Amino acid sequence: MKVAIASGKGGTGKTTISTNLSAYLAEKRSVVLADLDVEEPNAKLFLDIELAKSEIKYKMIPEWNENCSLCGLCQEVCNFNAVIKLNTQIMVLPELCHSCYACSELCPENSLKMIPQKIGIMNIYKSDGLDFIESKMDIGQEQAVPLITKTKDYIKNNFDNKVLAIFDSPPGTSCPVIEVIKDCDLILLVTEPTPFGLHDLKLAIETAKQLHKPCAVIINRAEQGNLLINKFCAAENIDIIAEIPNDRQIATLYSGGQLLYNELPEVKKQLQNIEDYIDLFNYGGSYA
Amino acid sequence: MHEIVFISGKGGTGKTSITASFAYLLADKCVVADCDVDAANMHLLLDPVKLSEEDFYSGVVPGIDYNRCNNCGACADVCRFNAINEQDGKYAINIIDCEGCGYCARVCPSGAIIMEENNVGKYFVSNTRLKNTMVHAHLKIGAENSGKLVAKVKKEAVHAAKNNGKEFVLVDGSPGIGCPVISSLSGADFVVIVTEPTVSGFHDLKRVYELVKKFGLKAGCIINKSDLNLNITNEISCYLDEEKIVHLSDIKYDQSFSKAIIEGKTIAEYNPGIAEQLSENWTEIISHLN
Repeated sequence: MKVAIASGKGGTGKTTISTNLSAYLAEKRSVVLADLDVEEPNAKLFLDIELAKSEIKYKMIPEWNENCSLCGLCQEVCNFNAVIKLNTQIMVLPELCHSCYACSELCPENSLKMIPQKIGIMNIYKSDGLDFIESKMDIGQEQAVPLITKTKDYIKNNFDNKVLAIFDSPPGTSCPVIEVIKDCDLILLVTEPTPFGLHDLKLAIETAKQLHKPCAVIINRAEQGNLLINKFCAAENIDIIAEIPNDRQIATLYSGGQLLYNELPEVKKQLQNIEDYIDLFNYGGSYA
Repeated sequence: MHEIVFISGKGGTGKTSITASFAYLLADKCVVADCDVDAANMHLLLDPVKLSEEDFYSGVVPGIDYNRCNNCGACADVCRFNAINEQDGKYAINIIDCEGCGYCARVCPSGAIIMEENNVGKYFVSNTRLKNTMVHAHLKIGAENSGKLVAKVKKEAVHAAKNNGKEFVLVDGSPGIGCPVISSLSGADFVVIVTEPTVSGFHDLKRVYELVKKFGLKAGCIINKSDLNLNITNEISCYLDEEKIVHLSDIKYDQSFSKAIIEGKTIAEYNPGIAEQLSENWTEIISHLN
């Protein structure tokens, strides 16, 4: 089963939830955690875990060779302006290329061979109960999606679907987020009770709905008497499955890269609520 | 006219609150561009009244004309994104998986695949309650090419600034280091990085600054929630010195950030001490502009 931890707004606590939940669950069962916020992956900073191996990740881009009649078909077929015909040569702009192969396969002279280009690195960590996969995009690369896809492929090929997989998503609602959540079974949306949090939560819920994905909400920095998110979720009939209190001690522990649940019984209780919800969901039960 | 871009690497460091505060301090001297088009929040603080709105098109989406389709499957064979599959005896396109490369339409022998321009969102030019001109956008859910919409918002903001004799464009960027951020950095005169003293805030600051360096841009840094972890604030200060990033100021951990948001105000309106601090920062930023 695959569960995405997502949010519209950045900095709401996705990584806090992903890392604490994974470490807590790994004490009892097998869990694989993937940090798919490949632009700014942070989960490793909170985990004490050994690096098992690293793999360089590539995307395929065309490389021009001079055996070419400069017919310009490659430029014409590229919808991303990644292939440009100049007077005496063809120029490829790798950052813009989506690896569709059209230029390469349609070239009448076979002048554009597809070759791998490095886009980032995938690190695989292991400890008792927890497998942790982190992918880091190279700085200057524009597209996060190819690296996310390759990381998901690794998980698909190396872990049984019965193992609980937790995906720490990037913020936002555009292509990188879609790539993460599109084949998840359940999306847990982390938000905070501010107008920014609520606004972006609405976007995130809309995203989940468009993909026909079930979702539930976790409120971070919850404050007594602040029912902004609760009221919205009640009206929309969306489950709130955990509330992590707004507490400076949590902020301080987080700042130093520490997990929370061993220090704070309240957090452990909330993590247990999340586990119960996931298990109920998995067995097709309803939540009341 | 100068373009000042606010970024953070990590989300939730206070970037939008701080950018909006500079908008408050500069009032009618600036145009605000909300380039966090994925999850735009600036309008919640600045309360813009729309003057104009336009659709934004980027890329193409395919559709199959089943009157022409002869079910040969050439489209599915060439698609590298597994976006075309046979379902109940006919081929169907899954738009979620489609990258819009158009290869399927090129190889279709019966011309059954039609590519249509993709309406990915809208952008608006507005006046804010703080007398700024503001350019902002709404990206459709799951839309691609947010980098292109960012470029469009910035272009309109620069245009508005030039036409109306505004001195500054304040750009609120998105988190991360990918295409929207790259797009907001191009053409910047000065970059303000808003960070926080957490292991993740510092980690992301370093990555996003590597990107800023590739553009050869001058940058300054504001450490928000600075008293949350004094050791990391110290480490960040040393890093800023080493990298010759202007250390603009440290703002203490302050619950009034969320209280101000709840009241729909900028932090500078809510807390005069922070207003004064940011006002001094602005003087410093200006001194680094050409």
